Amino acid sequence: MTSLELAEKLKLQFPALISAPAEFRGEITVQLSEPSQVAEVCRFAKQSLQFDYLVDLSSVDNYGDEPRWVLVYELYGLEHRCHLRLKISLSEEAGELPTVSDVWRTANWHEREIYDMMGIRFSGHPDLRRILMWEGYPHYPLRKDFPLAGKQTDLPDVAFTNPAPLEGGPFVTVAGGSDTLAREPRARGELTP
Amino acid sequence: MSVHIQDIQFKEPSARVKERFQSASPVISGASEDLIDMQGEKMVLNLGPSHPATHGVLRVILEMDGEFITKATPDIGFLHRGDEKIAENMTYTQFIPYTDRLDYLGPLANNVAYVLAVEKLMGIDKSLTPRCQYIRVICCELARISAHLLGLGAFAMDVGAMTVFLHTFQEREKIYDLCESLTGARFTTTYTRIGGLSRDLPDGWVAQCRKFLAEVVVNFDESETLLTRNKIWVDRTKGVGVISREMAVDYALSGPNLRGSGVNFDLRKAHPYLVYDQLEFDIPIGSVGDCYDRYLVRMEEMRQSVRIIQQCLDRLPGGSVNIPDGKVVLPEKGKVLSSMEELIHQFILVTQGVDAPPGEVYFGAENPKGELGFYINSRGGGTPHRMKIRAPSFVNLSILPELLPGHLMSDTVSILGSLDFVMGECDR
Amino acid sequence: MQQTAEIGYNSKVEGDVIVTRADAALNWCRKNSLWPMPMGLACCAIELMAAGASRFDISRFGSEVMRFSPRQSDLMIVAGTVTYKMALAVKRIYDQMPEPKWVIAMGACASTGGMYRSYAVLQGVDNIIPVDVYVAGCPPRPEALLDALIKVQNKVAKEPLLSTQWKAP
Repeated sequence: MTSLELAEKLKLQFPALISAPAEFRGEITVQLSEPSQVAEVCRFAKQSLQFDYLVDLSSVDNYGDEPRWVLVYELYGLEHRCHLRLKISLSEEAGELPTVSDVWRTANWHEREIYDMMGIRFSGHPDLRRILMWEGYPHYPLRKDFPLAGKQTDLPDVAFTNPAPLEGGPFVTVAGGSDTLAREPRARGELTP
Repeated sequence: MSVHIQDIQFKEPSARVKERFQSASPVISGASEDLIDMQGEKMVLNLGPSHPATHGVLRVILEMDGEFITKATPDIGFLHRGDEKIAENMTYTQFIPYTDRLDYLGPLANNVAYVLAVEKLMGIDKSLTPRCQYIRVICCELARISAHLLGLGAFAMDVGAMTVFLHTFQEREKIYDLCESLTGARFTTTYTRIGGLSRDLPDGWVAQCRKFLAEVVVNFDESETLLTRNKIWVDRTKGVGVISREMAVDYALSGPNLRGSGVNFDLRKAHPYLVYDQLEFDIPIGSVGDCYDRYLVRMEEMRQSVRIIQQCLDRLPGGSVNIPDGKVVLPEKGKVLSSMEELIHQFILVTQGVDAPPGEVYFGAENPKGELGFYINSRGGGTPHRMKIRAPSFVNLSILPELLPGHLMSDTVSILGSLDFVMGECDR
Repeated sequence: MQQTAEIGYNSKVEGDVIVTRADAALNWCRKNSLWPMPMGLACCAIELMAAGASRFDISRFGSEVMRFSPRQSDLMIVAGTVTYKMALAVKRIYDQMPEPKWVIAMGACASTGGMYRSYAVLQGVDNIIPVDVYVAGCPPRPEALLDALIKVQNKVAKEPLLSTQWKAP
């Protein structure tokens, strides 16, 4: 059994939802078009295709593009030892999709992290709280429109933050831009994003 | 002690407490009614974020019923440094030093895992020179020994065996010496580069490494003599923190924690990278999934690592450690100063970084703590659009709310020690 | 019976008596038994452990008694990156330490934020607590930490202990 065959089987089950498998560097990726169906697709993948091991769950912010969010599920099966990537685009207005923490319990913390870092909500999640930042932190730091240096927050009872001094830092870049030169502020004479 | 082991097999502690009081009721007749009423009163105990047993800055909020834990809520993020955001803001090569500080007990393995992910994105992972691949394997396994030695020493110290810690640190200092002569730093190594290594092995390093391997196996034996059949150690770890096979897979544990639960899964065997498919080694697997099994798995993994390093040293091929591609690897300094083409390559590599194609890859490597994965989403150019670090410690710790309830307070120390996590990697 | 006290050199007690100031004697006792509070946060904590372990052996300088309880310690070694989330805990632990107390900021992160110029990291622990000695390095070698310890000891030796009004905790 290869990843490609498994992806075809998944497409056979959900022909309207799953895109044709794409391959890059030996990895098979399929797109899921309907975010609200993610739990059903994942449950089928786990129960019928033996993808019993959710390696990772991450999110991408395509700031400026529509739909803005992409969620990336890395599925793996310990029996057939095949890897499959499931990608789901999600618009900013929706900003919410069903949880898969009842399919794989490991998704619980991954989803909390995505909520914390990007502000994407998971409906049905048992405990959707911030995980890395503290409760009450007002921003979603991994969004592209949030600066690396951070923003000033003043919550005396909870915590405070100040922007980090980035002047002269070697890595001050701004999201967007066609190539590295455009993103590299030294080329544009600008130091803080 | 068997009574104690049987005790913790109950899932619901209040049921156990009730049972105990009912069976004891003839003796303390009259009082039993009140005692059962008492069980409703829970105490909240805050463990960490500054606590010796949490190996860093983990905080666990425990709800206690007497000595028993009824609910555990881990609170992480006290070492969240924004690594993923930083990665989006710099070139691939610039991020290598940050990988040192993920799992700072075995940084060499992180360096290797990270550059392998970038090389996979660039499609050059198959064209690495043989010498580079062998040296990288040696680095990974040295890191594994180093990380397990510290994990074991700290675990033993938390449970009360201070001597083991001093024993294992003795050997770690020798690994630091090896790292220092290899990379110039004791543990923030930043040794690998995309397409190769920052430098070749120094003179005499192989002999130094062989000497270390001969010494470290003696140390394993000593540590094992101190622990494996030690009554206190066995009583505090055997049957404690049992993770069933299903639970381990469902929570996507990896590394020794997964294998301790009897799952035969090691990325070095399942999806061999570098030259692991040409080397002979065994994967130790536990049978019960308790703290003691995880300890045994780590102990054996270190011996297997010694075996791997010995094979690599025997077969170490000659030649260059970098791939001969000026667009990926920095040219020699002498040539940069004398030749135009090398100067241009140097300039472009330093200012813009490597030119990665658009696309996305996930690469996971078998690190000391488990599967360290990098998901890189590239839009082309020298900077990732998004880099997600799949940290094994983060995933391994997510089992705590399920694992801790039903255990005694003192077992928490054993369980945390046996899970062997690093907060730098967990919080990123 | 009246006796004049002998002032100055007395051959009968030579070798058993040292004449010094009370300040200096007390400080000498204190500086050689500084109990550290190891605020081990990140990578530097590993070098802190190495400093305490067999090869570097911090007990040669009287500081091997690592107390995780702030009430029993004199010297806080902030080893590692202080994030904003951790900052309150660090501050609280510092406040719980009894006076007199000293702080070593170990490593680049604790001193200035180091290589972590990001939204989550406090840019130097001296934003929240006073620091006596900064140690450079990422991470500093154990020798550098021992050097910092000796610098703190020198500072302790010079403190006017008896004339200082310590504020109640």
